[in-house]
Amino acid sequence: MTIPTDLKYTREHEWVRQEGDTATLGISDHAQEALGDIVFVELPEIGRVVAPGDAFAVVESVKAVSDIYAPVGGEIIEVNAELESTPEKVNTDPYGAGWIAKVKTSGGSVELLDEAEYTTFLEE
Amino acid sequence: MSAEAIHDAKSYSGVSGMQHEEPLLFEHAHEQATSINLPGVHGEIPAELSPFMRASAAGIPGLSEGEAVRHFVRLSQWNHSIETGFYPLGSCTMKYNPRVNEQAVRLPGLAHLHPDQPEDTVQGALQLLYELQEWLGEISGLPHVTLQPAAGAHGELVGIMMIRAWHDMRGDIKRRTVLVPDSAHGTNPASAALAGMNTVELKSGDNGRIDLDVLKAHLNDEVAALMLTNPNTTGMFESDIAEICRLVHDAGGLVYGDGANLNALVGVARPGDMGIDCLHINVHKTFSTPHGGGGPGAGPVAVNDKLAAFLPLPCLEKDGDSIRIIHHNDHSIGNVFGSIGQTGVLLRAAAYIAAFGRQHLHRIAEDAVLNANYMLARLKDAYHVPFPGLCKHECLLTDEWQERHGVKTLDIAKRLIDLGFHPMTVYFPLIVHGAMLIEPTESESRATIDRFCNAMLEIAKACAAGDTELLHQAPLMPIRRRLDETLAARKPVLVWPG
Repeated sequence: MTIPTDLKYTREHEWVRQEGDTATLGISDHAQEALGDIVFVELPEIGRVVAPGDAFAVVESVKAVSDIYAPVGGEIIEVNAELESTPEKVNTDPYGAGWIAKVKTSGGSVELLDEAEYTTFLEE
Repeated sequence: MSAEAIHDAKSYSGVSGMQHEEPLLFEHAHEQATSINLPGVHGEIPAELSPFMRASAAGIPGLSEGEAVRHFVRLSQWNHSIETGFYPLGSCTMKYNPRVNEQAVRLPGLAHLHPDQPEDTVQGALQLLYELQEWLGEISGLPHVTLQPAAGAHGELVGIMMIRAWHDMRGDIKRRTVLVPDSAHGTNPASAALAGMNTVELKSGDNGRIDLDVLKAHLNDEVAALMLTNPNTTGMFESDIAEICRLVHDAGGLVYGDGANLNALVGVARPGDMGIDCLHINVHKTFSTPHGGGGPGAGPVAVNDKLAAFLPLPCLEKDGDSIRIIHHNDHSIGNVFGSIGQTGVLLRAAAYIAAFGRQHLHRIAEDAVLNANYMLARLKDAYHVPFPGLCKHECLLTDEWQERHGVKTLDIAKRLIDLGFHPMTVYFPLIVHGAMLIEPTESESRATIDRFCNAMLEIAKACAAGDTELLHQAPLMPIRRRLDETLAARKPVLVWPG
């Protein structure tokens, strides 16, 4: 299982990559592994403003349907429309081609863990 | 001979060993034969209908009556039912449907009724339904009952609508939040949302039960209700139930009980006595009416005095020696079904309850709980038990020990098919990784339960010995091997392409 060092993680297993005032969001390798084969990703509307901790997307796997919570607050400025036809990218490349949405951050986040903290959290 | 070789045995009819391969109707079809003679058109088709004229043939497959009958009977032989074997789906209560229920509802005075018949001509049936209402009120400890809802989830919707109406009538109109534990059946949040409520998920405690601190943190003056299932979907009794109900009531909310797991309590403990205000009852689970084919179903809802005024219409009322159908009531949430309920289903439930009687009804819950705990005791050294201790009517295991050998719950379930059993519920409840939820019900014999446990133990043993190849390939024996569930979900083919 991979946990890149340049990302932050939530206890709900989302990751966030902060670059300037833009944050890219997705789910962790652990999350995709636990969910199993992902068959559908419901993407948020561009322009929607989400608060930290809001459910902003839905991921459906063969086992379960799960809400994905925003690690940071802000406006959705871009979504990964590729996932509509190829949701399996969340499984094969969760930190790359499997990203879900980009947010223009406007303050606030849930508790974010760094790589070491997330690793410890997963071991607990 | 290997399983593959058996499967590929030459056949001249598409049948080998009398195990019928069956193509789709469209693949079967031919131009000539048809089992129906359509009357044809007499005279001219009126001009105003011409825009609706088909430009091409409808593409209905041509089959003789015999071919069509064989098609559906063959497909039915691929199916599994409680009448073909043990059906240990956790949270589904797949108990045997006794033949006496069928005998009862086929009595001409019950089978040939019309929903709109004058009430004076159907007093016998109404009397039985009224008695059923009384019985369900007694069993649940919630004396006012509607028989109308056509399924469990419909009952949930009706219950939440009544709770909302109760708050609204008190002028407490900001109560629009329904708290739902993360172990709940998926229908709970869906029903609350359909009733116009916002749902908030409560994280379960480490023991699989509601965490009182989490509950307290979420209670406020916008909470309309807590929806819970007791015993919950991990098979554990919510031992803090009295305190849970007290906390919700003190905060101004009501408690909705999902009766899906009533089989663990029937005749022994009553949700109404625990403090629950409103409960739906899945008669296809607890009271042995058929689950089959998606319906017809029935999900009566029982409520306490607080909610009685809001029950849907029409309802039944006793008037001297007669039963009257009541169509008006000031505060009712109104009509939620076309008549007083799914009479045929409800009468089967009444037959089941009557067969036990007040004296023996508790045997249902006692035997169901005993069977589940017997199973747990036999399997607990071979499979990880996430929440130790006694379970109620279903036992919960996980694949944690098997996963170390690369074997997952899905592999175990598929291998069970080869060993002659329909698998248990898998990957539910969602809060337990690799969950296997097994519910034997009261109607299975010890011999059947032992055979199932032996199959489970054989799988665990093979796995521990590193003999995992068969587990990954399973099932090898049925007419269809392991299906590609992912491809089916990602790229479903729902329409015949021809």
